[in-house]
Amino acid sequence: MLIGRVVGDVVATQKHASHEGQKLLLVQPLELDGSNRGVPVVAVDSADAGVGDRVLLVMEGFSAMTSVGRPESPIDFAVLGVIDQVELFS
Amino acid sequence: MQLGRVVGRVWCTVKSPALEAQRLLIVQPVTPELENTGRRLICLDAVGTGTGELIYWCRGKESSFPFLPREVPADATVVGIIDEVHVDRRLS
Repeated sequence: MLIGRVVGDVVATQKHASHEGQKLLLVQPLELDGSNRGVPVVAVDSADAGVGDRVLLVMEGFSAMTSVGRPESPIDFAVLGVIDQVELFS
Repeated sequence: MQLGRVVGRVWCTVKSPALEAQRLLIVQPVTPELENTGRRLICLDAVGTGTGELIYWCRGKESSFPFLPREVPADATVVGIIDEVHVDRRLS
């Protein structure tokens, strides 16, 4: 899993059936110091996150699809939670 | 899933029987600002995509699930055609 920030969302009417009724968030993965880590990805939302939230991002299909209760669907990224606090022991 | 644009197609007549009747699309990954990022790849098509369209694609074993019950050897598949991308960069 990674920490990410929700930077937007994606609207798609023509898509795979398992994505219907799912919020598709645009999430920018972050390094622990808050800098960007790679390119934003499209993730289904299982935690009701909104734009600007810092979130927990899972990037593996089985976990992603189970988080939204849609087995055997083409989903490989999901937001699992909205992060309140991060502490790094120096 | 990841954002991308369909930039081409690939045709194979001699191929694995499991790939029968599958469209092979060349996809260029893009950023939310629609700039090219990363390298192009070949995806299968689960939603009837036209060339040049903005799409999002899925990778890994999950990308074969749209074709179930047929077991299709896919590692990347286009699973949605994008109408709008809303980006709020102010916050990051």
